[in-house]
Amino acid sequence: MASSAKPAINKTASNDSAAHGARESFVKTPATSIPASEPVAATTLRMQVRNLNFYYGKTHALHNVNLDVAANKVTALIGPSGCGKSTLLRTLNRMHETVRHARLEGSITLDGEDIIAQDVTRLRRRVGMVFQKPNPFPKSIYENVAYGLHINGIKGRVSDAVEQSLRRAALWDEVKDVLHKSAYELSGGQQQRLCIARALAVNPEVLLLDEPCSALDPISTAKVEELLFVLKENCTLVIVTHNMQQAARVSDSTAFMLLGDLVEFSPTPQMFTTPTDPRTEAYITGRFG
Amino acid sequence: MNLAWRKTVNVIMLSLTGLCAAIAVSALFFILGYLVYHGGSDVDWNFFTKLPTPVGESGGGMANAIVGSGKLLLIAALIGVPIGLLGGIYLAEFGGKTVPFIVRYTADMLNGIPSIVIGIFAYAVAVMPVRHFSTVAGGFALGIMMIPIVLRSTEEFLNGVPRAMREGAMALGASKWRTISSVVLPAARNAIMTAILLSLARVAGETAPLLFTAFGNRFWSPGWGQPTASLPVMIFTYAVGPYDDWHRQAWAAGLVLLGLVLLVNILVRTVLARGISAQRS
Repeated sequence: MASSAKPAINKTASNDSAAHGARESFVKTPATSIPASEPVAATTLRMQVRNLNFYYGKTHALHNVNLDVAANKVTALIGPSGCGKSTLLRTLNRMHETVRHARLEGSITLDGEDIIAQDVTRLRRRVGMVFQKPNPFPKSIYENVAYGLHINGIKGRVSDAVEQSLRRAALWDEVKDVLHKSAYELSGGQQQRLCIARALAVNPEVLLLDEPCSALDPISTAKVEELLFVLKENCTLVIVTHNMQQAARVSDSTAFMLLGDLVEFSPTPQMFTTPTDPRTEAYITGRFG
Repeated sequence: MNLAWRKTVNVIMLSLTGLCAAIAVSALFFILGYLVYHGGSDVDWNFFTKLPTPVGESGGGMANAIVGSGKLLLIAALIGVPIGLLGGIYLAEFGGKTVPFIVRYTADMLNGIPSIVIGIFAYAVAVMPVRHFSTVAGGFALGIMMIPIVLRSTEEFLNGVPRAMREGAMALGASKWRTISSVVLPAARNAIMTAILLSLARVAGETAPLLFTAFGNRFWSPGWGQPTASLPVMIFTYAVGPYDDWHRQAWAAGLVLLGLVLLVNILVRTVLARGISAQRS
């Protein structure tokens, strides 16, 4: 992994020794597949959404949305229920296509390439997703993580890749002795970290998280949030959350959405201290929503 | 006063439901007991290994009918399981609105067709062209009866697999078919296998469709193109026959048929229970 050679990134190493161990294991074993990303300047854009309009049948769910997703940053989408934040997130790896009568206009690019023109299988390998409710497969813990590798035809050193992914998801120490047990025997928080490990196994460049903590207790939530700080070294993260404190804690920039409009998009500290739009201010100060 | 009345109604309804549940269960045990009482003494080693003896001669068994039933069920499963399973997958996963509606409706109609009519159909399609009864024709008739049962239950159990699970697989880059074959089907595996077993058990006891397809045979049936004996038809023939000896053997055959179905059921369930079962929520 390219990042393992960079001792400069140390601020996160202290809060998660498991992830540190993961980086060491990367040095020992050659990576099984391509590194997720190269070291980049802070301003590099990984994904761009331009003039996006989205329809569910006749319902106009997103109005002319523009969004820039910066590489190796956490971008948060906040807003009240039904504002379209999950819809926007799902368009980023074309999961909206699983819904009938969904229609999309506008452009979305990943590293400058139009994602609609791409092969959807390849796109989803590069842009992974973690869902609101933990959704492990009815398989063993090991098979859950290895699943993405199998279906993408990645052969050899699968068990190393599984270990790496579980370490990156800070789950390895808890499951290393029970890898062949059913994933359903894990707690909800562990299941969600398993789902994160499963998504990480194929080394995505972007990881989309759709309210990943809403079904978790505070301790599991804290673990997942800690994880995000480590993950963004190698990965670009987009997180949907209805919890404003969470957005403030974990994200670098925040987009506020309301009724299908992207109202405001700015660096997180600015969003929560000096919002420019009165609607944003009203929402984050708790006047509605 | 009012409260007392409500309590009385409660007690009456509770006992009524309990009584009906007890009747439902006791029916099975009553049948089983009756079979054991009348046919138990005739179920011995010979019953499983010997051919039927000529009338008047005691002893003998129904080995040919047991093997015949097995062969018929094998053909039935080869026809009914793939068609029902794949059709059910189509209904649950791919269909739009109109096509599944038509298929579902047709399957329900097929399920409601009397088995004797299916027998006539199989007779016209599989017996008439070759001008003789055969094991294949009997298996064909039973297979057709299995299709709607397998199809509808497959559809139902696949629809029960949470959407989140499919999305999880697709978000990793799995194609639709890959998602179905590697995540959705395994999740519903136990339920579908149970449904297949129940449908096999159901057709294992069918007599009418076999009367003029597999026909019957006093001897071993070589290969698949000849008429064959089967347990249900043997039961029918022996039960309406004039000899006491035959009646006892018919009871015994009923007992064996029931026992075999139960045995297979228990075996498969035990094997299935070992794997990782699907969602608990």
